[in-house]
Amino acid sequence: MSDFIPLDVINGGARGRKFEWDTARAPTEDYHDAVLQLEKEGEWEVQRVPEPYIEVNTRYGRVKRIPIERTWHHKSCGQCGHIPGYSTSIYWLNRKLGLDYLDPKDQTSCTAWNYYASATSNPAAQASVAMRNFAAAAETDYFPIIHCGTSFGHYKEVRHELIHHHELRRKVRDVLSRLGKKLVMPEEIVHYSEWVHVMRHRFAELQTIDMSHITATVHPACHYHKLEAEDAIYDPEIYGAQRTAVITGTLQAIGVNVADYSSWYDCCGFGFRHILVSRDFSRSFAVQRKIEVMKEEVNPDVTVTHDTGCVTTLDQSQFAGQAHDRKVGIPVMSDSQMAALAMGAHPYKVLQLHWHNTNNKPFLEKLGIDQAQKWAEFEAACDKLKSGEKKYLTWEDADA
Amino acid sequence: MEFPLDLSGSAYRDVPFEEKERLLDEVKSDLRFQDVMYGCYECGICVAACPSARFYDFSPRVIAQAVAREDADLVYTLMNDSIWDCSQCFSCDRCPRANSPGGLITIMREVAVNNALQTARKALEGYERIIYKIMSTGTQVSPDMLQPDAFPDWGTHVHEIADNLEIWRRALPPETLHTTETGWSIDDKTIIELYLIWHMTGVMDMIKGVDEGLFMILVDVMEERLEEAGYDVEFE
Repeated sequence: MSDFIPLDVINGGARGRKFEWDTARAPTEDYHDAVLQLEKEGEWEVQRVPEPYIEVNTRYGRVKRIPIERTWHHKSCGQCGHIPGYSTSIYWLNRKLGLDYLDPKDQTSCTAWNYYASATSNPAAQASVAMRNFAAAAETDYFPIIHCGTSFGHYKEVRHELIHHHELRRKVRDVLSRLGKKLVMPEEIVHYSEWVHVMRHRFAELQTIDMSHITATVHPACHYHKLEAEDAIYDPEIYGAQRTAVITGTLQAIGVNVADYSSWYDCCGFGFRHILVSRDFSRSFAVQRKIEVMKEEVNPDVTVTHDTGCVTTLDQSQFAGQAHDRKVGIPVMSDSQMAALAMGAHPYKVLQLHWHNTNNKPFLEKLGIDQAQKWAEFEAACDKLKSGEKKYLTWEDADA
Repeated sequence: MEFPLDLSGSAYRDVPFEEKERLLDEVKSDLRFQDVMYGCYECGICVAACPSARFYDFSPRVIAQAVAREDADLVYTLMNDSIWDCSQCFSCDRCPRANSPGGLITIMREVAVNNALQTARKALEGYERIIYKIMSTGTQVSPDMLQPDAFPDWGTHVHEIADNLEIWRRALPPETLHTTETGWSIDDKTIIELYLIWHMTGVMDMIKGVDEGLFMILVDVMEERLEEAGYDVEFE
């Protein structure tokens, strides 16, 4: 545990170098200018980030506004379908802080998982799906916040394509018009982990579980920080602004010791089509390039990420790895689940950890949580559903 | 797929060169092409960052070079024998020449599907249920897809989830997540709008080219719901 790379080396502190932004040297255009210019030209409407918001910096120092509340939650297929404690934790955090949010039914998937897997779509269809969802959000006057890293990345691609290709804008505007909807571009495309990042100190104020003896590794999601790479949060205080600050900033705020490992930049092995129909690749990559490297270099208590596919692949792949005596056995969670856990959320009623695969009981016990007792509480709640005493578990039940 | 990958450009001799050139032109005429392809230093940074290159006979550098050189023979080979290995993670966007080999491959895959190439049909084998799910329900994966026979390598906990699915979904506090056949509860009106998007943007034509059986099933589902909603839409 003592020989992993300390973060201050990466931060530049050991070399005395202090990173400073210089937006004038940014190698890319500022999408804000283009989005607002197209509004002036009558090409689309722009939905403003509602106040109050928090300003952060992106990769080249430009300012991004992150809304605190009145958020329209663009859900993730994989989170809702297979790891539902992920999205439940996001809502729980909002409720714990008494924030106004909307969990809409007028939302489709971004359909990008299928697009990257099978290519059975095209730019006009993908942009129409995105802009239909954005229009639906604007109609409610709540601001979209995107749960999935791939939806976030793909929507940034869609924004880029719509900004630069007027013929595509025309086509999508026509499709939306035939659906009775306007073309509305949000002022910012916001990933939920950015909201978690800016709210991290408020979570820390409400923390009830000490995490100062916990060591975690971080896996930043490819479609968060590699796709349209400029629009991701960076901070000179975190990795010297040389890596994205999300996840790490949140973990540090709740006292977790974040440790580095050499394959941090590698993807998780999800592969989009591979996780569904060629999982031998996903399993091998996740175990050999991610989990085993973390285990050998850090041996963390948990690894934390911020995307659907990453939690799925890193977690589910360890079962086969264990069967082959590989060095596995690291619980995998999202930053929203870690923040909620630190604030005392129930590990089964809120985090829904029974949907995860890798054994997380030792981790819960290390936090001083009686996991057997918590599981018994969850089972008792399920018994009420089975007997017909209750139809659904409510938010009040989850905190009881 | 044959190993090793034949990079001589002489594979698929039976396919007329004009047809290979036509497909390359279709790739180059995509509106995104100028954003993903400038040239190639041949530095290999994309390969170093690529997860698929570690486990497959696959190279984003070879694909970028072949397209940059407009080598229609080799591009055709790669479109048939290589592009489906890409993970679409975009780690290759580290390219110092500002290429996006992953973005280029997205376009090449789309051209392969649009032209119903055998490689696309083969790549989509076993994937039909996923396309059906996303196109017909608006969510890509659903809780009831977690079945032991579909995910045997994910271990015994998949059995436990499948056995308790209905109760465990009702044990979720968010009201939208009580579903088992879709990721979340979606309004009927929203699904209708999604069907209209597939219809208006030509996606159904793409499906028909690569999987006529799936196309017929989707048409049945969509036409019925659209008709109920008062739309007179025909998928030809």
